[in-house]
Amino acid sequence: MEQILLQLNNISVVYSDVIQVLKGVSLAVEKNRIVSLLGSNGAGKTTTLKAVSGLLKPENGRVTDGTILYRESEIQNQAPETITRHGIIQVLEGRQPFKYLTIEENLRVGTATRWGKPYRDDLERVYRYFPAIEKRRRGLAGYCSGGELQMLVMGRALMAHPELLLLDEPSLGLAPLVVREIFRIIRRINEEEGTTIVLVEQNARMALQIAHYGYVMENGKIVMEGTADALRENPDIREFYLGMSAAGAVKSYAEVKSYHRRKRWL
Amino acid sequence: MDFFMQLLVGGLTVGFLYGLSAMGFVMIFKSSSVLNFAHGELLAIGAYFFLALTAWANLPIPIVFIIALGGCFVLGLLVERIFLRPLIGEPLIFVIMLTVGLAAMFKGLILLIWGGNLYTYPDFLPKILEIRWGMIRIPPVYGATLIIGTLFLTLFGLFFKFSSQGIYMRSVADNQRAALSLGVNVKRVFALSWAIAALVAGMSGMVLGIINGVNVHNLSAIGLKVFPVVILGGLDSIGGAIIGGIIIGLLETFTGGYLSPSLRDVVPYIVLVLILLIKPYGLFGLKEIERV
Repeated sequence: MEQILLQLNNISVVYSDVIQVLKGVSLAVEKNRIVSLLGSNGAGKTTTLKAVSGLLKPENGRVTDGTILYRESEIQNQAPETITRHGIIQVLEGRQPFKYLTIEENLRVGTATRWGKPYRDDLERVYRYFPAIEKRRRGLAGYCSGGELQMLVMGRALMAHPELLLLDEPSLGLAPLVVREIFRIIRRINEEEGTTIVLVEQNARMALQIAHYGYVMENGKIVMEGTADALRENPDIREFYLGMSAAGAVKSYAEVKSYHRRKRWL
Repeated sequence: MDFFMQLLVGGLTVGFLYGLSAMGFVMIFKSSSVLNFAHGELLAIGAYFFLALTAWANLPIPIVFIIALGGCFVLGLLVERIFLRPLIGEPLIFVIMLTVGLAAMFKGLILLIWGGNLYTYPDFLPKILEIRWGMIRIPPVYGATLIIGTLFLTLFGLFFKFSSQGIYMRSVADNQRAALSLGVNVKRVFALSWAIAALVAGMSGMVLGIINGVNVHNLSAIGLKVFPVVILGGLDSIGGAIIGGIIIGLLETFTGGYLSPSLRDVVPYIVLVLILLIKPYGLFGLKEIERV
């Protein structure tokens, strides 16, 4: 068994002291692995990531119960400044570039956790992963395309030398070819940098292709987990997340009757 | 023509100072969305620091100037640390009301220590800076202002463009959530923007004190002029603050010179109302980059 880097033990998250979003989530992330977190909208995937990265705090959320262990020390409810300095960087959903900064300045913000250290080599490293953005390094980020922005925000996170990278929906709103490119790079980052990655995705097919392990969330709970291969073969996953009928064929709307499987874990 | 030139130089200089102090205001607004109603008092405090140091300590003027600037910087840090940091995360209106309170407190303190009289600085600027051109005589303080002001603008421009801390500060102004996610120390950014704002405001206060004499009521009234300036230039544009300042300064001086001195303090506010009616985002206000 590989060493466990991040462990969530039965955590509950409450926003504004009343809205309970996570109801006892437990998961474990092994070192140097890609773990994917699947689930429908509102299942609590993003909240889980924010609980780890400390970004719940500015949104008036709090981990009220349970523990988050990172390298065996508790980090729940710490400030984002502290958590990022442990080497945990979250790439936010919806890309969130600094629009009025150039590409290169955006990347330089990624050095905030190690202010004052040299960063030239890191810039080159990021440009090696994402050659597309090097051409625009002097241009304002606000004028980049969606694909370039996704590369930019991932590159920005890489500048911080993260040990654990939390990616929130990197495929959001991107063309299929760009999505494939992005996922290829995610796998490369994992393999070449040894970065542990937690990947939240709607695009379950892509996510399960590059992930080693997966969790499925629903209504603030983990309802299923397994290796990526096992999940890909699971009939429930195939039906609900991969859009295939239990028999394995792609589901067709032309069928006279279509029966929904019951979600047996509910 | 001579009169015109005299007014032009005077207006430009005063406007430049307005612009510089408005720059500090805009910086606080951009980084933390706080409107600082105590800005005029920061100006006044700078002027009184300078006054106290020139009157009490027998030091050469450039050193006094630097010490006073340092004092303003530290004051800005302290104000942020003591008064504003506990309110991070509270509704903005609380924070803005706090700055109103700060304004009253600072003004009261100054009145307590120095009283409401008009003070003047000893004449210390070298005569070389005085410009004589035909009938025009431009006092040295104007030349000095332009030099110091340009120096400051260049320094801050370089700081924000190239230094890491400057880039972090801009990133917080741009997208605070993303900055947090990358581990930017947002509290330090807030503290620095208050410190820099207090420093620039203090500097404007010192120079305005040299031009008009030091009086807490006058100086804090000038602080109020920050509002027409930033509304004209756009609340979130540092370049706009400088240009807005120069426009307001020129308008004021020309009104005072050609129309009536009693009108000069009214004109900025007339501009304020007109701009709000016609172009509420100001000349250089945020044009959000929209691409979906």
